[in-house]
Parts: sequence; structure tokens; C-alpha cells
Amino acid sequence: MTDQFTSDPTKAAQRMRAGSMVIPLMPWGIAAVLLMVLPFIFTANSAITIMNQMAITIIFALAYNMLLGQGGMLSFGHAVYAGVGGFACVHIMNMDDFFAGIPLPVLPIFGGLMGMGLATIVGSFSTRKAGTVFAMISLGVGELIAACSVIIVAFFGGEEGISGDRTYGMPFFGVEFLQQIEVYYLITAWLLISAALMYLYSRTPLGRMANAVRDNPERAEFLGFSARWVRFFSFVASGFFAGVAGALFAVNYEILTEENLNTTQSGLILLATFLGGVGFFFGPILGAIVFTLVQTVLSLQTELWGFYLGIVFVVTVMFFPGGLAGLIMMHVPAMRLGKLGRLGIPYLKTLGAGAVGCLGGAALIEMTFHLRHASAGDHSMTLYWITFDSHTMLPWIVAIAVTLIGFGVARATAPALAEAWNDANTPDGTPR
Amino acid sequence: MSAALELDGLKKSFGQTEIIRGVDLSIGKGERHAIIGPNGAGKSTLFNLITGRFPQSDGAIRLHGQDLAGKAPFQINRMGLSRSFQITNIFPKMTVFENVRCSLLWSMGYRYNFWSMVGRSRALTNGADQILEQINLTARRDLPAGVLSYAEQRALEIGITIAGGADVIMLDEPTAGMSHSETDYIVDLIRTVTTGKTLVMVEHDMGVVFGLADQISVLVYGEIIATGTPEAVRANPKVQEAYLGEALEAH
Repeated sequence: MTDQFTSDPTKAAQRMRAGSMVIPLMPWGIAAVLLMVLPFIFTANSAITIMNQMAITIIFALAYNMLLGQGGMLSFGHAVYAGVGGFACVHIMNMDDFFAGIPLPVLPIFGGLMGMGLATIVGSFSTRKAGTVFAMISLGVGELIAACSVIIVAFFGGEEGISGDRTYGMPFFGVEFLQQIEVYYLITAWLLISAALMYLYSRTPLGRMANAVRDNPERAEFLGFSARWVRFFSFVASGFFAGVAGALFAVNYEILTEENLNTTQSGLILLATFLGGVGFFFGPILGAIVFTLVQTVLSLQTELWGFYLGIVFVVTVMFFPGGLAGLIMMHVPAMRLGKLGRLGIPYLKTLGAGAVGCLGGAALIEMTFHLRHASAGDHSMTLYWITFDSHTMLPWIVAIAVTLIGFGVARATAPALAEAWNDANTPDGTPR
Repeated sequence: MSAALELDGLKKSFGQTEIIRGVDLSIGKGERHAIIGPNGAGKSTLFNLITGRFPQSDGAIRLHGQDLAGKAPFQINRMGLSRSFQITNIFPKMTVFENVRCSLLWSMGYRYNFWSMVGRSRALTNGADQILEQINLTARRDLPAGVLSYAEQRALEIGITIAGGADVIMLDEPTAGMSHSETDYIVDLIRTVTTGKTLVMVEHDMGVVFGLADQISVLVYGEIIATGTPEAVRANPKVQEAYLGEALEAH
């Protein structure tokens, strides 16, 4: 019994603090270099558009995770703060004299302040309680402001929205932001600054207390902190960065409509953030990247991309609540033991087969969709680079067979994978 | 002796039911005061009233002479009162070290600070490590608090409770659900970490009560029927009749 409480002198090593600043700065350095060279790898205009969209979504998802992951607040209306920040920036773009006096890279600060201002007002009553009350208020406010877009036409521009021209700003060291690539560097600079600031925020006393209030608001109160104020400050900070994301959207697309702040948009950012994983700082970054790829690349391939995204989301919530980041971090113990390699082959067998099964299933869904929705007489469809007649039996038989075999093999090899997983997570020499 | 905590005609009703029916109590500075009583006597309610979890229906609570009426838990905590809970109440997803560090933040003046890094403050880190040393959890420092054993979680909660430097410490059944050896361990721990502070505790284990307390109050049906030294309370016939007889015989 007693040895359970005595400190173990051999564990002195774990008390060592990371004294050097090099290791914590490494991921940031790599990210900066990567963002710098990416446009030289993906040179197409469409690729840069996707990367711009991705960077904006990353900022927004990180801001959203200040609430969901760090603060334990589930918001169904966070697009409002990004949207309002964006609208404000388009209005500034249209204020000729004022806009001519400020360089474009400064504009996101105004968007941020606008998002922050609105978050201050809404947060003053919505952060009193977390949980269901907060979620419901966020939903209500989200609907309310989305409805305002057709009421307060002067600000939201009604159904068409409002548009502006980013190039009227004061030239920034001669750059007028006529080209996508210039906008790309503006957005990525803001991405790095925002991500770093949000990361640093999570290491401050207030950021730590946001976690404490998330875990146990009552305990936090008995430590001298008002849970409500802690939530309020997180909410306001999150509103600022959401506003920055909205401003960058305005810079990138030069148009904002009701779609940018409605509940669909709020739902999508929740989806992207959760998919990436709320438990780790880098989770929302992964989520935003994957989500943007699905939204832009997969949506070109199939009209049903939302359907697949929905399935992935439900599966994530049910089986991998840690999201992508959680899945990755799950492998750290095996990596520490140096046995990660033992998972390679079993993974390939099970997941490979599972992927084949998924492709087969997707084929069935696509064929059904084609059968029901293609114009009359249009029997020919193309799937996975194969063109065939969706009204004949053969493709159906093939698709069903592929699905069954894929999932069947995945299921048959699953025990071997579980075995390999246990092995990889057990130190050698431990009796089992 | 000046009082650290004073209750004056304190009453609490839930609907028609009066749970606390006029409690007068004065707890001196540096005293170790145990509140005992049968189940349903209102001990936990009394605790929750003092710590601001529930508002009182009538009467007054004074901490160092200051009225606590209408104060929220976080305000009462800032005035120098800290408590533990009957059901373990920690931050399960954070590490043991972070649990303690969070409880130091307010008292070390960090408050709602968002411009300095917690990891950079040597005072904060050393302070938290010292507390961990005191509660013997140094070896568990970097584990999530939720994976600790029950006794370790109770020890951690006591650490969190004392870390903020409050001078009135209230412990709600600190040894509930513990084995004999665990109980002995926690009693020693409580004795060490509350040296020089005022301790108010609710406890069922008479061994703990008589070993730790220098004053005992007996609460029965929302009223205090006796207050005094352990010997005086033990000898009090009213107490024996109401409650202690059987519990004492068992000991």
C-alpha cells in the first residue's frame, strides 16, 4: 500500500523540463517552410484556391476548437462570428477613402475585432452555463443573425450578399494583391500568426483554466475562478480568430453572402473540427485539411460527397471520438516501444480490404443514385474510370461481390490486427 | 479566541422541508473541528451552505467576521476558504501536476491572465511540485488524474484544496470508502498539510474524528445538539442517546 504513494527515485528523469526552445519550435518551423514552398509544388491556380480555402478553414477550426476542445462549449452557431467579421471587411473594402489608407494585410484585424465585439455581446449571456444551455443559445443566435441577413439589407446585402474589391487598398510594399499567389501568402502569414497565438493562449493561465472549467466547472469555482468568466474570455478570444478567418474569406473571395454565416456553415466547422480531433491542438488543422479536400476535390467527383462525409462523421463520433489526431496519437506508445513496424502488414491487410469494401459500397450507392436520377434513356455512367451501362446486371454483381469480399476479408483479418496491436503495445519480455 | 468561521441561526429549507433548523456554531482559528451526525442530519447541506454552493434560507455565515451572504463559491474561495467534496472532484483529463498548478493560479496572482506562459513560471512549477511532494504524488506527476487509484485521487483532492493557501479548509468525508491503511495514510496527510490552519470536516469514521479533531459538533435533524472536546462529547448523554452510543460501542 505505502509504496503506492512514495515517489520513485528512478523516475527523476520524468521531472526534467524541456530546457531548450528548439524542440517546441520545430513543428512551427516546418509548417512555415512547407507553407512557403507549397505553391511551387502545386502551381495550378485551382490548387492555390484550394490551399487558400484550406488555410482559412484551419484558422476557423482552430478558433472553434478553443470553444469545443479547450473550453468544452459546443456551439452550433460559430459561423456567425466569422461571417460578421467577413461582412465588416467587405464594407471596409467599399469605404474608398478609408480603405485606400490601410494596407490589405491589416484588414483581418478589423474582421477579428468585429467578431470579437459580437462575441462579447453574445458571450455576456450565453456563457453563463456550458452544456445544453450554451448549445441552444448558440443555435438560437445563429438562426437569429442568419435571419437578419434578409432584414438588415444595408449590412448583409440581402440574398445576393455584398461584394468588394481587395485591390483598392493601400499597396503593401508595392504588392496590390491582384494575383492569387499574393493572396496565398497573405492568408498563410495570418494562418501562422493566428495558429501561434491560439497555441500560446492555450499555455497561459487563462487557457489552462479553460481546460479546468471544461473538466469540472464546480471544482474551478472552488479554486477562486468564476467558471462563467473563464468561458466568456475563451468565447471572446475564439470570436476574434473566427473574425480573422471571415476577413480572410472576404479577402480571398471578395464576396460574402448569407451562406457564410448560416447554421449549415456552423455545422460544417463543427464537423471539420471533430473529424480532426478536439483533444489535441493539431486536430482541427488535420480536420480542416481533410474536410477542405473532401469539399473541393471529392465534390468534383460525386454529387453525393455530403452523404459520404456524413457517414465518416457518424463513424468518427461512434468509434473514434478522438478524431484523426486521436488515431495518430494512439500509435505513440507503440512507437515509443519501437514496435510500430509490426503493425504495417496487418494494417495493410485489414484496412486495404476495408478500403476495397468501401469503394464497392460507394459504387453501389453511386449506381443506385444514377439509376434513380439520371435523365430518361441515359443508361451509361462512368465510375472509377470505367464506363458501363447501369441498367445491366453485370456491374451490380461485380460491385456487390467486391463489397462483400472486401468487408469479408477485413473482418477475417481483424483478429490478427488486434493481436498485432496488443503485441505492439506490450513491452518485450512482459509475460502475457 | 477570535472565530475563523461563525454560523448564526443558519437555516435552509428545500420546499417545505427544513433541512438545517437553526445552527449556531463558532469555530476558532487553528481549530480542528469535526461535524458528526447520523445519515440525513444535514451535514453535507451545512457544508454546501458555508461554501456558497446553496444560498441559505435564513441566518448568517461569517468568515473571519465577513458576511458570506450572496457570495459565489469563487468569491468565498478568494476570501480564504477552500473545500473538498464527498465525491472525488478533480480535473480527470488533466495531469496530476496540472491539477495542482491550476489550484495555485489564483492565489499566485495569475487570475484571468492571458499574456504569460504558465510553463515559464518557476514559482508556479516549484509550488506545484512542492504540493505534490507533500501529498506524495510526485511519482504520478505526469499521469492524467483520472487514472489514479481512489486513495490517490482523494490525496490529490486534498492537495488541490490546500494548494491555494486558504486558511480555512473544509473536508467532506475525506476517508469515505477507504481501507484501514488508506484511512491511516490520509489522516496523517490531513494532519500534516493543515498544520496552522482551521480545519472543518464531516466524517463518519469515529476513529478519524477522535484522532484528528480537537472540537466536535454533533448535528442531528438539522440542529447541533452538542459541541465540545472529544471527551465532553463522548460523555454527553444526549449525544449517546441520539447517535454516538452504537458507533462508539463498535469502536
